[in-house]
Amino acid sequence: MTSGPGATNTVTGIATAYMDSVPIVVFSGQVNTVLIGNDAFQEADIVGITRPCTKHNYLVRDVTEMARIIKEAFYIARSGRPGPVLIDIPKDVSAALTEFTYPEKVRIRGYQPTYAGHPGQIKKAVKLINSSKRPVLYTGGGIITSGAAKELRAFAERLSIPVTNTLMGLGGFPGNHPQFLGMLGMHGTYAANMAITNADTIIAVGARFDDRATGKVEEFGSRAKIIHVDIDPTSISKNIRVDIPIVGDAKNVLRRMLQVVEEDKESFGGAWDHAIADWLRQVERWKTEFPLSYTRNGTLKPQYVIERIHELTGGKAIIATEVGQNQMWTAQFYKFLEPRRLMTSGGLGTMGYGFPAAIGAQVAYPDMLVVDIAGDGSIQMNIQELATAVQYGLPVKVVILNNGCLGMVRQWQELFYEKRYAISVLECVPNFVKLAEAYGAVGYEIEHESEVDRVLKKAFANGRPTLVDAHVNPEEGVYPIVPAGAALSDMLLV
Amino acid sequence: MRHIISVLVENEFGVLARVAGLFSGRGFNIESLCVGETLEPEISSMTIVTTGSDSILEQILKQLNKLVNVIKVTDFQDADYVSREMVLVKVNAEERTREEVLRMIEIFRGRVVDVSPRSYVVEITGNEEKVRAFLALVRPLGIKELVRTGSVAMMRGEKVMRANDKQSKGGSNGEDVLRK
Repeated sequence: MTSGPGATNTVTGIATAYMDSVPIVVFSGQVNTVLIGNDAFQEADIVGITRPCTKHNYLVRDVTEMARIIKEAFYIARSGRPGPVLIDIPKDVSAALTEFTYPEKVRIRGYQPTYAGHPGQIKKAVKLINSSKRPVLYTGGGIITSGAAKELRAFAERLSIPVTNTLMGLGGFPGNHPQFLGMLGMHGTYAANMAITNADTIIAVGARFDDRATGKVEEFGSRAKIIHVDIDPTSISKNIRVDIPIVGDAKNVLRRMLQVVEEDKESFGGAWDHAIADWLRQVERWKTEFPLSYTRNGTLKPQYVIERIHELTGGKAIIATEVGQNQMWTAQFYKFLEPRRLMTSGGLGTMGYGFPAAIGAQVAYPDMLVVDIAGDGSIQMNIQELATAVQYGLPVKVVILNNGCLGMVRQWQELFYEKRYAISVLECVPNFVKLAEAYGAVGYEIEHESEVDRVLKKAFANGRPTLVDAHVNPEEGVYPIVPAGAALSDMLLV
Repeated sequence: MRHIISVLVENEFGVLARVAGLFSGRGFNIESLCVGETLEPEISSMTIVTTGSDSILEQILKQLNKLVNVIKVTDFQDADYVSREMVLVKVNAEERTREEVLRMIEIFRGRVVDVSPRSYVVEITGNEEKVRAFLALVRPLGIKELVRTGSVAMMRGEKVMRANDKQSKGGSNGEDVLRK
């Protein structure tokens, strides 16, 4: 992007990528080398501004460094724990000429990510699991980043251990699998949060114990020994002290752990099944006692719309979300079956993320159905991107769960602030159908439950950028909810 | 707990800002920070004195290691090391106290590096305790100004801190790791 305001406008996106370990390389323009530091026109110290929210960044001061820096930037962005890297290129450097030689190898003295887990730690972990009676797997975005879904499934199935996912981990384990507990945390399922609270061994893989996942840290897995597999050492024992840290790539480590299990078939035979049988029955009870649910009462419920999107796409679409209720309902009710089907801003919680992300996905996968599940608040953060979708003929679908308010904020005000609805009610919501049409996109409206299937089918089949404005019941909240700072077991279920 | 940490970094522009920004951004404490070139001119050494609980120190060390420009991090805690700091002190030297100040400087093996009719500038070098003891003694006589370099530290004996490449516990470098 361009220097100054172009660069600063990208900061939110960069910080979003940093929090969620998304590998991106950002090229920013900079003023002429001689003008740097002079408060020149459209000058911003973007290397300084993005220092804390990039994995690394560069200012290219000489064109001869350019090839090496670009090589390094892509390597750093994609390897280890992925993340954003920014390259700032002054105007004169971008115009300078040099002989192009792209380096074969990258050599950075201070950067050597650890991929293989320590064999001793892996053995210790398997031993701890073997001695447990109430194990649970808590897995995050690392499973998806490292491509470890197959390994996770093999490991979980071999040992019959129930699995809960973080928001970023959804799709890392099949959402319809009998061992799947759903998401944990603030809007996690009853079964997932109870399993974490009562487990005696938590196997965390590629998850970082974010406060939205843990609730009150003192009570998170307080009865459990914790094994933590992560490629980023700083994620380990940051929020919660763990008992067996394993620094390494999720795929490698899970594969190794399963090998260690197989080498010790005796310990993980009938005795093992017997040892955890009570626990698995208990977990099943939690699942059936309080499954995720909502009441259908003739009004248009947002959860219903999401369930229908899942049904009509066979769970195979690429789904993006905005941030807030739309995001949490999607996490709960769209059962992600495979990795890389969900794009959502988990760590930073960036409203406006979903639509541009969906556009990007559509560019990468022109033949796939890409749906952004949005709210009427967050879609307005980047609605101008309709122009991009139309200009490039990208048939992205946006389904707005329109409740006329910033629903998550409203819900908190309802529950925790005596219904003082400050700023959360949007008294001016545009006519989204007309807005879509003004951009040359297609707009549809849904008022009633009975229209959902017909309109969605039409939208998914029309081959054009389409915005669906679904007028959902504004009273609907996201449940369960763990109030901020409370323990995971203190859920409000309805 | 007070820790002295040595950080070998690439001698590049912006590295100090990365390290300082890491401490401020994550709310870590810096008591002093001292930077200079090493034997290899492309590598600088930073000596950071910081305080924090064990878990905070663990995070500090890990976060420092995570910076791409950081080559090696050593916590001197539990190691056998020497540390020194230099302090310049401008002390009152009135007729009545001139002699006493000089005596103290001699006892602490300091040096007077500037003299004026009513003050001395004194150079004191030593570890933290020595500096603290000297300052405590001259404070009643009147310190006009104080400048400290911050501590630098080194292992005792033959052991040296080499800027070997950051040790990876397995895995290889370059593109091949991406095609695993």
